[in-house]
Amino acid sequence: MSRKLWGENVARREDIRLVQGQGQFTDDRVLPGMLYAAILRSPHAHAKIRQIDVASAQKMPGVIKVYTGSMVSGHLGTIPTAWIPPDSQLKMVPHPPLAVDRVRYVGEAVALVVAQDPYQAEEALYRILVDYEPLPAISDPVQALESSSPRLHEEAPENVALHWKVGTDTDEVFSGADVVVRQTFRQQRLIPNPMEPRSALVQYNSATGDMTAWLTTQNPHIHRFLMSGILGIPEHKLRVIAQDVGGGFGSKIACYADEVLTAFAARDLMRPVKWTESRSEHFVATTHGRDHYDEVELAGTKAGRVLAVRVKTYANMGAYLSTAGPGVPTILFGLIVNGAYDIAQASAEVYGVFTNTTPVDAYRGAGRPEATFLIERIMDVYAREIGMDPVELRRINLIKKEQFPYTNPFGIVYDSGDYHQTLDLALKTLDYASLRQEREALRRQHKYMGVGFSTYVEMCGLGPSQVAGAVGFQGGLWESATIRLHPTGKATVLTGASPHGQGEETTFGQIVADRLGIPLEDIDVVHGDTDRVSMGWGTYGSRSTAVGGGALAKAADRIVEKAKIIAAHMLEVPVGAVQYDAGQFYPEGSRERAVGIQDVTLQAHLGWNLPEGVEPGMEVSAFYDPTNFTYPFGTHVAVVSVDPDTGEVKLLRYLAVDDCGPAINPMIVEGQVHGGVVQGVGQALYEGAVYDGDGQLVSGSFMDYAMPKARFFPRLETQRTETPSPHNPLGVKGVGETGTIASTPAVVNAVMDALSSFGVVNLDMPLTPPKVWQAIQTSMAKGGPS
Amino acid sequence: MNDSKVTINLSVNGQDTTVRVPSRTLLSELLRDTLGLTGTHVGCDTSQCGVCTVWMDGLAVKSCTILAAQADQSAVVTVEGLARGITLHPVQRAFQAEHGLQCGFCTPGAMMLAAWYIQHHHETSETAIREALDGLICRCTGYENIVRSVQRALAFQQEDETPVAAGREEEVSS
Ligand code: FES
Ligand code: FES
Repeated sequence: MSRKLWGENVARREDIRLVQGQGQFTDDRVLPGMLYAAILRSPHAHAKIRQIDVASAQKMPGVIKVYTGSMVSGHLGTIPTAWIPPDSQLKMVPHPPLAVDRVRYVGEAVALVVAQDPYQAEEALYRILVDYEPLPAISDPVQALESSSPRLHEEAPENVALHWKVGTDTDEVFSGADVVVRQTFRQQRLIPNPMEPRSALVQYNSATGDMTAWLTTQNPHIHRFLMSGILGIPEHKLRVIAQDVGGGFGSKIACYADEVLTAFAARDLMRPVKWTESRSEHFVATTHGRDHYDEVELAGTKAGRVLAVRVKTYANMGAYLSTAGPGVPTILFGLIVNGAYDIAQASAEVYGVFTNTTPVDAYRGAGRPEATFLIERIMDVYAREIGMDPVELRRINLIKKEQFPYTNPFGIVYDSGDYHQTLDLALKTLDYASLRQEREALRRQHKYMGVGFSTYVEMCGLGPSQVAGAVGFQGGLWESATIRLHPTGKATVLTGASPHGQGEETTFGQIVADRLGIPLEDIDVVHGDTDRVSMGWGTYGSRSTAVGGGALAKAADRIVEKAKIIAAHMLEVPVGAVQYDAGQFYPEGSRERAVGIQDVTLQAHLGWNLPEGVEPGMEVSAFYDPTNFTYPFGTHVAVVSVDPDTGEVKLLRYLAVDDCGPAINPMIVEGQVHGGVVQGVGQALYEGAVYDGDGQLVSGSFMDYAMPKARFFPRLETQRTETPSPHNPLGVKGVGETGTIASTPAVVNAVMDALSSFGVVNLDMPLTPPKVWQAIQTSMAKGGPS
Repeated sequence: MNDSKVTINLSVNGQDTTVRVPSRTLLSELLRDTLGLTGTHVGCDTSQCGVCTVWMDGLAVKSCTILAAQADQSAVVTVEGLARGITLHPVQRAFQAEHGLQCGFCTPGAMMLAAWYIQHHHETSETAIREALDGLICRCTGYENIVRSVQRALAFQQEDETPVAAGREEEVSS
């Protein structure tokens, strides 16, 4: 394969429209006769609904119809859970699109108004009279397990949504180990906040029964699949389109009540209906992420060899089980709690708990950031316990290059890697030795600098469908690609991946341009439309390039295969004698006789003189199902200073050394790392969803929920090594989530390093100034820094 | 509820327009819903994200926080008005060159802010630019490449023989 564009920083093709304000986001679209929907949401975390009176709302100007739960329940299915981990005793609980007699979280949909304009719809919401009988609420997953706590669902009498165990028997190792360290961690709830709020616009043709739904989704085909069942619309009659989508980070995977209701109203009223959430709604009505209590234990030797790690987790599931929710704290978390280390014994036990909070689902990294946080943090706790430099400890325990493919204690097979190489590159880039010296020198002046590491590995490129089935994911995880060469040699490429910021219109173009020798300008990549793309499983789990790109490479190879047969016929030589390079077919040794792929394609379309048995046309589809996940890895380092007088943490330097396999477009790879890192640092230092005792979300707007801003960051430094994955045709591993996975523990480790002389071992995130200041004060009261 | 309507005369991207809209209409709604200029996006309802940033009489403003009526007699420039015909504004070129956007949702606001910045400031330091971007929330880029885009835009602006931004300023203040 010629690699003209592979590895090049090709400017993104999607930018042309986006920088000119010509993107087409769901809310931008207007249809003739369109109506607007607004949703009344529960103000209570837990309440019985005694009665709903919509009479006066119905009379408001412009109001077309008001729907309640009892009106729609016979006509609509419930909101499904599409991940049922085996042996998890999962309690499936019904989640009606509109609450009927009980609400279980603030933000749960209670009624739907459809009106002529959005203001009228909004105003009518205030005229709906709901008679609630408030019930006691619980938002904390550990407290929710207490017998005195309020219960959410009859089906789950203890509030336990799932209980899952995995791993080896670690008891013996722990009882015999020289060193055992234990630490509990809180991984706080986060709110995804892609900048584009969710939106749905649905049109129904009552004559043909065809429905078109423009949705803010990361996986239009999954939405089609699920919504067809909920709405009772045959799958071939439902078209889901996700044109430009303004970020997702996992929050646009799930199938939500809102889009189902919008579709229902469009069909019922036979008019197009649009619904767009406000940011305030996003805070309560879009799935949240993380929210764990974790108890971690590590057994090791005094010399720094880790022998076993054991994790017990209480994961908050929220009030209902969201689409992929149950898979996040189990499969995507438990199977990788040993991290990048060669640890013989490991186990994880997880309780998924129902609480009166917004459902929790995937958020960038989904399970893997939580696992990485635990192992990377406990490694530092262990290092401090045995008085060893955390870098040295990592060096001893990291899986070695020659151990790949490496089977971890959960039976997961890490594909390839050179973990030590990323660590060495990081140390060299930072000049670690002098950083340590600087830290010591500053300390003598009562200034506190800290350096924190995270030598992570993650599991992405989701994934083999057989494994998906085995772990209870109710779908496949393969991908499709179609390459259609038009008579003039231009190409339309269709992919089942559904990028929403990741730039595959460009990188996939690069792959095809290289393989087929067609100029990039002659290639259009189409995605996010279930009528144009036959099937696909969408974009999440850093899978698009590893799996979607794999399908594309296969399709391109098939095009070349077919074109070669026609070219041989044109050149009047046997097929075996035809060479192919960068779009040119020629008889061995005589490149001057080459025919281009465009000419061959034209002949294929004309069909005047094709070799026997060759079908006319030049279009192929390929379906690619990977044989394993991919395992990107790397070393991230944060350097921070802590002001002892204010508790303020300042990020001085951040270095990410990642290995995601060979990069098709390094600029885009780097961009993914930047965004991921900042999101991960957000968790470490700024972000956190806070519920009060009544289950009210008190951090429900950008005023109360601290999003990372530009001025909080220094210039981000990035480096890469390239270890191909042997599992897919491109060797790529995926990079969408690495930044978020790696950065949170790196920063917390750095802050704990800075606070080490105050004897502080752990603080709960986010590490806000008051928390840090308080820890310093407590230490001072006990006699100050050591 | 308020049914009263107001008549607003304004110029949008150099074109004079008269509209009659409910008096509560926000400038962002006027642009998106009445004029169909959907390049301006709305990312929040508390005036924090800056995704809706446009220029009003040469100032970068959050269009979700201004009543359309307040824009009466003013000149508004949106992302659709940044380019000069087929020539992209330095900021638009810079955002593409430096990969300053991913999903592109915050980008119109980010670029209007950046375009305002390079027109009024020549400070290329990271710190100054990061400070200037404080009114923007971007969830995708980690800001790194937005900062680099602003720096590149400053360079492009200098290279351009007839700086587009200066031309704009005249137009806006006329
Ligand atoms: S939409 Fe205007 S500041 Fe967020
Ligand atoms: S590019 Fe997606 S929010 Fe900024």
